[in-house]
Amino acid sequence: MSDIITVKDLCLWYGSAQALHNICMDIPDRSITALIGPSGCGKSTFLKTLNRMNDLIPGVKIKGQVCYQGQDIFAPSVDVNLLRKDVGMVFQKPNPFPMSIYDNIAYGPRTHGITSRIQLDEIVESSLRDAAIWDEVKDRLKKNALGLSGGQQQRLCIARALAVKPKVLLMDEPTSALDPISTSKIEELASALKENYTIIMVTHNMQQAVRISDQTAFFLLGELVEYGNSEQLFSQPKNQRTEDYITGRFG
Amino acid sequence: MPKTQISGRRRAYIRLMKSLMAVSAIVTGALVLFMMAYVLFRGIPNITWELLSTEPSYLSDRIGILPDILNTVYLITASILLVVPLGAGAAVYLTEYAQNKKLVAAIEYAAETLSGIPSIIYGLVGMLFFCQFLKMQTSLLAGALTLVMMNLPTILRTTQESLKTVPQSYREGAFALGAGKWRVIRTVVLPGCIDGILTGCILSVGRILGESAALLFTAGYAHVCSGFLNALSRAGASLTVALYVYAKEQGEFGVAFAIAAILMLLTLLIQLLAGLTGRYFQKRRSL
Repeated sequence: MSDIITVKDLCLWYGSAQALHNICMDIPDRSITALIGPSGCGKSTFLKTLNRMNDLIPGVKIKGQVCYQGQDIFAPSVDVNLLRKDVGMVFQKPNPFPMSIYDNIAYGPRTHGITSRIQLDEIVESSLRDAAIWDEVKDRLKKNALGLSGGQQQRLCIARALAVKPKVLLMDEPTSALDPISTSKIEELASALKENYTIIMVTHNMQQAVRISDQTAFFLLGELVEYGNSEQLFSQPKNQRTEDYITGRFG
Repeated sequence: MPKTQISGRRRAYIRLMKSLMAVSAIVTGALVLFMMAYVLFRGIPNITWELLSTEPSYLSDRIGILPDILNTVYLITASILLVVPLGAGAAVYLTEYAQNKKLVAAIEYAAETLSGIPSIIYGLVGMLFFCQFLKMQTSLLAGALTLVMMNLPTILRTTQESLKTVPQSYREGAFALGAGKWRVIRTVVLPGCIDGILTGCILSVGRILGESAALLFTAGYAHVCSGFLNALSRAGASLTVALYVYAKEQGEFGVAFAIAAILMLLTLLIQLLAGLTGRYFQKRRSL
């Protein structure tokens, strides 16, 4: 299996506070990678670096290299909008736009120049099917997306991210605001999506990491403490700090 | 005796304060009602179809306020057409693009101050700058430009405030789909704050309708009907200025009160409109 993202010596500062220390990490294509660690350990910051959402925060300074398909994403020649098209993102709190379900899904494709009604109809249907929400919303595509339940909104946001045909999907605690049933739906969905997509997911739920991820990265105070096969990391952690964290001794 | 009993002095004090506040409320309410009733009572009987639909003529000793109505409409149209794109555009730039936060804060402070200064100062500056320096003479255009200056801070601030109410998560969601900055603003941010811009607009219309001091200097006193584009280059009185002229220089108090009643009714209409727009958008948002 080849690596779709390779990270080398990544350091990041918010102003003068260093949030990431020399992160090195290779992420294999078409798999689920879980990022775990206590709050404030840098896992969300790391995730947001991968599609340069950190650019939006003033005062962020980055050193090191992140390569997506072999290309440095910080190179001046990179169009950040095309990078974000390939490396999509789902947020912690569902954030559908205050428009119809159809327009939410069509937003991305329209942004990237698709105007044909037939093509858009196709994309909307296939994205909603892929996100396992088509049957619930097919009769109300013209209704406002804010009328959906929290779990439905989150699947809608996943569908919206899928509509621009990304290769990588970054998920920032996508189930932390959801009830157990919606959570299990999203987990099933993630497992199904890894056939075609690379998923990198921040989670506070260690059972979730064990259940669905192929490899897990444990962050602590801005450092990558341990990274490897999930089964192994959770059953026989190599590092004492990892063991302390996953057995619930801190965090 | 337990300590929980209210003392007689305390009871008297409470009663006194309560009655003082009641008196203030009654006086305030009475004043407002008296103003409105008096103006409407003296004005409405003087509103005739002839007054509303004709030009004044010295030859036949006829007074008509049609030119003044048209001038007011022209002033409002021209000012709003200029001030909204300018003010809203500046607000978008300052809120979404500008990097130098100190400069932005300084501009916001200046705008805040400008919106509080007396309008006659705008009139003075407008007369010197537009009428004389830019050689526009006394004209509706000079008047409209002065009104633009006057209302710019209002539009700027109301738009800025409503831009700030659009949740950051909408912007993030759009950026994460690969949308560029301008597309995010156009498709996600601006639709979310259209109500703020509209409210600013209605407030401005209200201010323009009631403005007289700034227009006395810049737009002049003429009462001649003409088309929109022609009118811009000529002098013309708005309803408020006409009110001043008829009352002060011709002693036509009937006409003055008729104009006052019309202005009052229009202001009422604008208030209603502002309330309705606010409620409409609130309903749409909670959907």
